[in-house]
Amino acid sequence: MNWITNYVRPRINSLFSRREVPENLWTKCPECGTMLFHRELADNLQVCTNCDHHLPISPRERFDALFDGGIYVEVKVPEVLADPLNFRDQKKYPDRMKAAVKKTGEKDAMLVGEGEMAGTDIVAAAQNFAFMGGSMGMYVGNAIIAAAERAVEKRCPLILFSAAGGARMQEGILSLMQMPRTTVAVQMLKEAGLPYIVVLTHPTTGGVTASYAMLGDIQIAEPNALIGFAGTRVIEQTIREKLPEGFQRSEYLLDHGMLDRVTDRRKLRDELVAICRMLMKQPPAVAGTLPTPEEPPAAEAGEPEAPEAAADPAPQAAPAEAETAAGSEPDAGSKAKP
Amino acid sequence: MSNYLEFEKPLADIEGKAEELRALARANEEMDVEEEAAALDKKAADMLAELYKSLTPWRKCQVARHPDRPHCKDYIEALFTEFTPLAGDRNFADDHAIMGGLARLGDTPVMVIGHEKGHDTKSRIERNFGMARPEGYRKAIRLMDLADRFGLPIITLVDTPGAYPGKGAEERGQSEAIARSTEKCLNVKVPLVSVIIGEGGSGGAVGIATGNKVLMLEHSIYSVISPEGCASILWKDAEKMREAAEALRLTAQDLHKLGVCDEIIAEPLGGAHRDRAGTIERVGKALQEQLRVLGKKSPEELRKERRQKYLDMGKKGL
Ligand SMILES: [Zn+2]
Repeated sequence: MNWITNYVRPRINSLFSRREVPENLWTKCPECGTMLFHRELADNLQVCTNCDHHLPISPRERFDALFDGGIYVEVKVPEVLADPLNFRDQKKYPDRMKAAVKKTGEKDAMLVGEGEMAGTDIVAAAQNFAFMGGSMGMYVGNAIIAAAERAVEKRCPLILFSAAGGARMQEGILSLMQMPRTTVAVQMLKEAGLPYIVVLTHPTTGGVTASYAMLGDIQIAEPNALIGFAGTRVIEQTIREKLPEGFQRSEYLLDHGMLDRVTDRRKLRDELVAICRMLMKQPPAVAGTLPTPEEPPAAEAGEPEAPEAAADPAPQAAPAEAETAAGSEPDAGSKAKP
Repeated sequence: MSNYLEFEKPLADIEGKAEELRALARANEEMDVEEEAAALDKKAADMLAELYKSLTPWRKCQVARHPDRPHCKDYIEALFTEFTPLAGDRNFADDHAIMGGLARLGDTPVMVIGHEKGHDTKSRIERNFGMARPEGYRKAIRLMDLADRFGLPIITLVDTPGAYPGKGAEERGQSEAIARSTEKCLNVKVPLVSVIIGEGGSGGAVGIATGNKVLMLEHSIYSVISPEGCASILWKDAEKMREAAEALRLTAQDLHKLGVCDEIIAEPLGGAHRDRAGTIERVGKALQEQLRVLGKKSPEELRKERRQKYLDMGKKGL
């Protein structure tokens, strides 16, 4: 298993790209224009401290805040055929992929992790809008199937954070086929009697909404997220009228009965904990026993199994050597706020 | 032939000339044009064979969308007996872009569901050009569920530019309706055979096309996005639809190689629109054969195999 290429290089890339922009200490809120200090923004889960606008958050940053102590083990996603259609528009698909990998430091548009959330075992999958618009291709399909299989193995809930423009055109019909494919993954959870909770984030549209992102047992959305099937412009061109204010936004969908809840990102974790524990018939979470994300106890930081072992049904047997090497990966994830 | 496609224009000229000659001869008994006209006929036939021998993907899109191509309603009327349309989603409305009901294929009672595009201005508007709203998918779900409970095989005829991009459709949950319809396709324990008879437009097709077997007519297409839409996004120029159609691999032939299409049904020479009855008959034969084979499988097998088929999708490239 070539874990150096798979796991270490992307991190080096992301560290490198971070260093490339040392001046970028301030972010301007696109909603209210306030200049926000990056540390302050990170501490607030990328939510504007002035107007509560939800800015994009990376899957790793989300997982750091979601899992106890920011500790999780990446669930291995099976490899996919690179460029199955030999697709070429103005650029070649492999070149677009390379650029996206370089930009994000990730392999593709979805990250899957397992760990504990307030002491409850969960598997979480988060889609990365920064990676080619979060687009759903074979890899995203594989990630969702791997996440569902792992949740069934562990008998725990799957929480999925969606963010995508839709299907990945460069994989043509095979991206479209991820609609039924991921639906089969959702069925695995349903038939195992396990909760599947979807958190729709900005934006979630197209074939993603028309498959796994709308099939949750519970449907939550972050505030003001664009959620829909067709693009706003396409609809306006078709019906030749202006769409109402807030059309296809979370609150609009809630009003039309399409969602269970719209929840602020900073309150999301508590809500997910409550929902998961009730659906799993567990007692309420006890406050105060959780390690804080900033300082994970050293003993726990070393605990997660090697990512390679994550998909193994009996991961206890992971050799000590491998455990240290790969175990540092989720640990490194917890230090995403330098 | 009233509707020639753009690339069929040279053919239209020759056929037009032959027609003119014969019209002249009818008006003037002394003229003998038959030899000349027959030569033109031969030329036209050769040209037709040549044109359709290797259609480019974009030309296939045009053929797949041809207004004279047989549509869902034509297939139902010609292939099935005792067709009993069933309407409504029991919730909001009856969507005429998706039609369906009980019918017999041969002796076998089945549930048939399909997109209907309409054949003239009035019916096209009534059918919304085959673009379904959530009610259409919810009707399909209801009919599939009914078929499942009574053990009737399901046949879906797919022909849509895509699900309708409208305000009300979004408000009533277009995406949720499609997702649930796909889920229902994957859940039923009866044979489900889908035929792409024209356009398989994105999610709007998938919602009823997730069958045990997916058959495609020779010149039909099935794609994640229309070539025009793809061109405007990736090329920033909707006029690059030819390039986009190539790149998307949306033809029945490519989809067969990719394992998305299980069987290609050959069309009569010159496309389905030149011999509608012949096309419908071929589809009928293919459906009978598929149902005969699937009919031997147990309910559990049918569902398991269908799910596995989609899980396995994408393991082979071109
Ligand atoms: Zn702000």
